[in-house]
Amino acid sequence: MSKSHEIKKNVVILFGGDSGDGIQLTGSQFTNTAALFGNDISTFPNFPAEIRAPQGTLAGVSGFQLHFGSVELYTPGDACEVLVVMNAAALKTNIKQLKPGGIIIANTDGFDNKNLKLAKYPDGVNPLKDGSLEKFKVTEMDVSKLTKTCLADSGLGTKEIDRSKNMFVLGFLYWMYNRSLESTIDFLKEQFKKRPELIDANIKVLKAGYNFGDTTETPMMRYQVEPAPMEKGVYRNMIGNQATALGLIAAAKKSGLDLFYGSYPITPASDILHELSKHKNFGIKTFQAEDEIAAISSAIGASFGGNLGVTASSGPGIALKGEAIGLALMLELPLLIINVQRGGPSTGLPTKTEQADLLQAMYGRNGESPVPIVAASSPSDCFDAVFEACRIAIEHMTPVFFLSDGFIANGSEPWKFPQSADLPVIKAKFAKAPEKAQEKYLPYKRDERLVRDWAIPGTKGLEHRLGGLEKENETGNISYDPDNHEFMVKIRAERIERISHYIPLQQIDNGKEKGKLLVVGWGSTYGSIKTAVKECIAEGMEVSHIHIRYLHPFPKNLGEILSRFDTVLIPEMNNGQLIKIIRDRFLIDAVGLNKIKGMPFTTSEIKSRMLELLKK
Amino acid sequence: MPLPSVLEKTKMVENKNMPLDVKLSPKDFVTDQDIRWCPGCGDYSILKQVQTVLPELGLKREEIVFISGIGCSSRFPYYMETFGMHSIHGRATAIASGLKATRPELSVWIVTGDGDALSIGGNHLIHLLRRNFDVNILLFNNEIYGLTKGQYSPTSPEGKITKSTPLGSLDHPFNPLALCLGADGTFIARSMDRDPVHLREILKRANQHKGTSLVEIYQNCNVFNDGAFELFTEKSTKKLETIFVEQGQPLLFGEHKEKGIKLDGFKPVVVELKDVSANDLWIHNESDPLKASLLSRFFDSSSYLGHLPRPFGVFFVQDRPSYESQMANQIEEAIKSKGEGDLDALLKGKNTWTI
Repeated sequence: MSKSHEIKKNVVILFGGDSGDGIQLTGSQFTNTAALFGNDISTFPNFPAEIRAPQGTLAGVSGFQLHFGSVELYTPGDACEVLVVMNAAALKTNIKQLKPGGIIIANTDGFDNKNLKLAKYPDGVNPLKDGSLEKFKVTEMDVSKLTKTCLADSGLGTKEIDRSKNMFVLGFLYWMYNRSLESTIDFLKEQFKKRPELIDANIKVLKAGYNFGDTTETPMMRYQVEPAPMEKGVYRNMIGNQATALGLIAAAKKSGLDLFYGSYPITPASDILHELSKHKNFGIKTFQAEDEIAAISSAIGASFGGNLGVTASSGPGIALKGEAIGLALMLELPLLIINVQRGGPSTGLPTKTEQADLLQAMYGRNGESPVPIVAASSPSDCFDAVFEACRIAIEHMTPVFFLSDGFIANGSEPWKFPQSADLPVIKAKFAKAPEKAQEKYLPYKRDERLVRDWAIPGTKGLEHRLGGLEKENETGNISYDPDNHEFMVKIRAERIERISHYIPLQQIDNGKEKGKLLVVGWGSTYGSIKTAVKECIAEGMEVSHIHIRYLHPFPKNLGEILSRFDTVLIPEMNNGQLIKIIRDRFLIDAVGLNKIKGMPFTTSEIKSRMLELLKK
Repeated sequence: MPLPSVLEKTKMVENKNMPLDVKLSPKDFVTDQDIRWCPGCGDYSILKQVQTVLPELGLKREEIVFISGIGCSSRFPYYMETFGMHSIHGRATAIASGLKATRPELSVWIVTGDGDALSIGGNHLIHLLRRNFDVNILLFNNEIYGLTKGQYSPTSPEGKITKSTPLGSLDHPFNPLALCLGADGTFIARSMDRDPVHLREILKRANQHKGTSLVEIYQNCNVFNDGAFELFTEKSTKKLETIFVEQGQPLLFGEHKEKGIKLDGFKPVVVELKDVSANDLWIHNESDPLKASLLSRFFDSSSYLGHLPRPFGVFFVQDRPSYESQMANQIEEAIKSKGEGDLDALLKGKNTWTI
């Protein structure tokens, strides 16, 4: 049978298997290979909270969705064309994601009686055999057996052989999409450099998978996905949490400050700690504290000492840090608080995504305690957004929230990385000792931005005391005076408001300056909104999109932009949080679109709501 | 041009018009703030001893930082003409950890109380001790909550009648030094507000120690818990109820040091000096963790140990690398093996493609 290459603009592959099957690795390897080839990509890893949920069960299914194409892509895709399933549970969990006519690649070994039972199929029912998958193209292969045969002479144990079966699948997909094995081979050489026998074994299986496609009568065509017409430049693949870590390092470098990162492990923020701790040769100090409170407190101590103090967590940890954020605000010290949001409340959905901590960032402290908020909109945007958040913290002497979420933290996309020389310099303003020795240093004296100077220990003549108690302006002495308290509350609010003069104006991402419908987004909904709006505009509709990075304070022109549209739609992965702030601030009757499923919006969900509103 | 590091900046902002270092005196450490502790509070004495000792330590004023949490004792930094932070309840230890990690050259002092350190901040205290940051902790123990007006604390004795325990406290109290030894603290000592000479001596020793120094200071709250330690402070009972331990010296106490402690196996027993030779007594050895542990158990009378005098002095000292020095070493090693971080190389990563 001849195997021609059909040209595809874009393809979504969903890898599904047991959390021990190496699904995330398989997905990320395909991602790197596709990226290196020049495709645009967008990925969405989706895994269970349990590290190793019981094998073969529905709870243990780990997924990795990869969208790659020869066109610009902004989302991991609403549905997939190819579903790779290592067992019955993975099929059952993910089949609804597969488009009609889509391809299923099934590991038949994962469909034995035991696996079918674990996936809760009724007795005697095997979806591969009962015709229920008729509307799809099913390719069955006994991956486990093929891998075992391939490695029969390797001298490896059964477990190790079984572990390399993901390489067979990967090799087969490389064949399907006509990809080079090179980057994965390089990866394997690096990954197992201490165990050469595993390098050989994995490469052998990878090639076997590729050759399996080539030599067997696989009733399936091969596909060609050409490189995407992206902006000229040098690219790399970038994961959200990694971009956040690099953004912190860059901000430290460009401010001339040393970076201190105090953190307590929590999903999905821990990878930032892992990434930073790899780069100690940048002088970075990472500190795994005993709890969330110690994590932020240590960062406050570091900031007091003149460092860029950073702490990160997810919702539950941020709740614990609340009091210390209030302290940093009273001390008027730079501090960055990263919240990689996940499904809440309480422990909630640790591995699922949500945007439900905006109001926590905005209001989640005692007293009048305004904190600037900056949110990232995509994996690589985490770099720019966290850099900006650091800039505001340092230049305005305030704790700042940086919001990311599980979706962009684990997702990836190509990144046209900047040159360090092109990044702006961040200017910390250190206090100078008073001219005359007898002059008293005033720790809360402010400049025109209402920002005080940073007076760090070790500087002669600047000895002073800071604290969480209400203080007199300028001297910083404890004060219970009623008028002073009101004055200080207002000045703390005003100095945050004034930051709006030092951030860019709100840009319109797509569409015209005014019109019928404006879609307002923030954070990780960017890709879905971008795609939906783009499609609507292409279909001739009068719609526009803005995506708000600076959530507090808002850009100065935001209200004015909102007023130019008949309808404002605010899609959020929560029960309506930005919409509350917008309504409160601008008194407009914005319309919400809320999804609270621990999953990102699909483009069609947003588009259909837009169409409904446009019909009115 | 590479940007200057923080330390270089510190030097840059230092004003050249400032007078050269002159010998500091205690009053150089007094601030212009009114002291707001109750008249007669034991904190006054501790403040005075600290201000008296500091000029003798050879430190520059701008290198000293006092960090406190919440409670009566935690007002301390406001009264010290140094850098200071009055932070939030229980967290001074954690804040100090971050400061010391990043600014190892500073002399960092933590002022805390029995509620701040052992109740709300108990977790950070034990972790600070095991990590061994080179900081000094002054734990003012008055066995009561003073700032919130008289509830029992984690060191109040069982049965304590307070506002929140009208029928007596049910909580078994912490033995602070046993706890801190258990957390592998490397300098464990006890002193009291009403023995200024001893307190100053212990403060100096604490400062000398490279690692976390924990000094428990018995402090009288004359408003809510007056006389909690009077057995140890009043002339009539002090000599019989206290024992001041000194390195290499036998454990002696009594009106005329006529009593001693002898070890009967692992059990300390009180003996009259006339009955035994001083050589047979327990000789204090600060580097012996087992003896230090036993010494910390000279606490409330137990049916096993019986009634023993309360020890004061340095119980235990151990040399162990400080956290911040090891942290700096790791960075140095990383730079040695990988070279100083290159931001452009980091941003570029290992796999790139060109379009």
